[in-house]
Amino acid sequence: MVDVLTTTDSAADLKRGGGGVRGGSTLRFVAAKIGGGLVSLVMVVVLGFFLFRAMPGNPVRSLIQDRPGDLAQVERLKREWSLDKSLFAQFLDYLADLAHGDLGTSFKYRQPVTDLIWDRVGATVLLTGTALVLSVALGIWLGTRAAWRHGSRFDQLSTATALVLWSVPTFWLGLIVLIVFAVGLDMFPTAGMTSPGGVDGFFASVLDTGHHLVLPALTMVAVVYAQYLMVMRSSLLEEMNADYLTTARAKGLRDDLVRSRHAVPNALLPTVTIIFLHIGFLISGAVTVEKVFSWPGLGLLTYEAIQVPDYPLLQGSLIVLAGAVIVMNVFADIIYRLIDPRVRTS
Amino acid sequence: MTTTGSIVWARRRAALGASWKLFAANRSGLVGLGMLGVVLVLALLAPLLVPADSLSVTRSTGGVLEPPSGEFWLGTDENGRSVLALTWYGARVSLLVGIAAALLSVGIGTVVGMLAAHFRGWGSALLLRVTDFFLVLPSLVLAIVLSTVLARGLWTIVLAIGVTSWPSTARLVRAQTLTIEARPYIERAHVLGGGHAHILLRHVLPAVFPLVLANTTLTVGSAIISESTLAFLGLGAPGTVSWGGMLKAALDTGAVTAGAWWYLLPPGLAIVVVVLGFTLAGRALETVLNPNLRSRR
Repeated sequence: MVDVLTTTDSAADLKRGGGGVRGGSTLRFVAAKIGGGLVSLVMVVVLGFFLFRAMPGNPVRSLIQDRPGDLAQVERLKREWSLDKSLFAQFLDYLADLAHGDLGTSFKYRQPVTDLIWDRVGATVLLTGTALVLSVALGIWLGTRAAWRHGSRFDQLSTATALVLWSVPTFWLGLIVLIVFAVGLDMFPTAGMTSPGGVDGFFASVLDTGHHLVLPALTMVAVVYAQYLMVMRSSLLEEMNADYLTTARAKGLRDDLVRSRHAVPNALLPTVTIIFLHIGFLISGAVTVEKVFSWPGLGLLTYEAIQVPDYPLLQGSLIVLAGAVIVMNVFADIIYRLIDPRVRTS
Repeated sequence: MTTTGSIVWARRRAALGASWKLFAANRSGLVGLGMLGVVLVLALLAPLLVPADSLSVTRSTGGVLEPPSGEFWLGTDENGRSVLALTWYGARVSLLVGIAAALLSVGIGTVVGMLAAHFRGWGSALLLRVTDFFLVLPSLVLAIVLSTVLARGLWTIVLAIGVTSWPSTARLVRAQTLTIEARPYIERAHVLGGGHAHILLRHVLPAVFPLVLANTTLTVGSAIISESTLAFLGLGAPGTVSWGGMLKAALDTGAVTAGAWWYLLPPGLAIVVVVLGFTLAGRALETVLNPNLRSRR
């Protein structure tokens, strides 16, 4: 789990350094970022191979030793992962399969992993996307208020709340939310993304999905917004004594204009970087939240893969989840570069 | 020799005393330290105060999912065991795994961070690249894969958490090492013929140590959350009682739909108390050791 509370220094680091390429042309920067992203993707691919096949005590060997009963499964895996060849030949086969979008066949579902993952992507994007948008909005808004009046009762209260929520395991909060709002008060459904049997009409089904979305999204927001609040608060506090704020005040600007036009945009840049840097944390949270609420996304699929254990499926989710996070980070880096006014003028 | 030694120690004692005074002035830090102290004592005393029979599935005396009563203050689980005894015992695994994983994680992070900052050239560029790569990856998913492919056990969990959570420490230590190595006394040590090992171990390490200490305290908190999450996902060590494992059992046996709140609240609250304790103490420590933060928090 990433330690958000200690990242204020890396925020400042990022802001100062900016990767050291500031001043170069935007095109070169974009090319460098995409190149870096591609290298990371290659590393994910190698990691996916290494963890499952080249590591000492690797699962395939233990699968063959521990479960003599599942001979058919072992045979299929042997064929699929061409285990009778050398490690290097296996790696080449694996690369060729990946290039064709072939992630193997799931033990549990006996279907191509690619299809299984593709079916579940939408649900996860809906859940994490909703949670991300809400927590970013809430975290930045509350963090700004807390920092601007730091030391006030509001600041103390919101910081204390954030610290407590940061200490709460996401899955436990989910269980509590489930037992209170779905079981006890019966206000929301306990599981799934849609009502069993389905509902008729477009708006009715959108409402139905929204109704199912409330509790899982709420759980994720509660844990994640707290981190964004802390990051936004500390990066705004770093701007608080800056000379340009004194200048803005000396011009006679109203306090809230000084805040919203001058301080917040500057504090926002490192905050946004950290938010994207930690998007993997959000994905990690989705695994447990989807399990608690039986939300049919990639997280639940990963959970199911752990229980079997379904190695091809697990390998597929690792590659897809890690790949998605890397691609998103490259996008964030590029967008960040384009919206940073200090970069545009240089 | 003895006089210089005693002067050095007197100075260290004075510095320690001043640090403690600053720490003690931080009320939330003291609260966190107090919480941790109580939990630590309880965890150490568990084998003496909790009868071993209360953890046994076969020798349990209670009914299935009994609500709290005079005999079972926090009710019973699906096997008729006391939830109080289970939660009490669970503290041992959580603290052990949390602290061990944090030490491993911070150890890796400190070494990588110091090396990446001290050396120039492709080696350090590679280290930095790998750090940034692991920083971005969803660490829980990676920890899940590691605990699935390795043999189940406490040390597998420690390893899985430790090797996936070090990058933020590495970045922190790297930034601090860069700052320290820019100071004149490092240059002096260089000129006097100090080698890499001498400079890193005798000069840089003592200077980054306070930061590393505060970082370790904060890392223990997140490691405990990771541990309980892995146990909740069914990747806990077999044969041990842990808070995450209890919550998994609660969900699997239908305690949630049965409304058995007494089975859900104690382990979860225990996690919150311990993690909050480490977080508060860690933040207070950070404030004491990093003068830049003193005015802000």
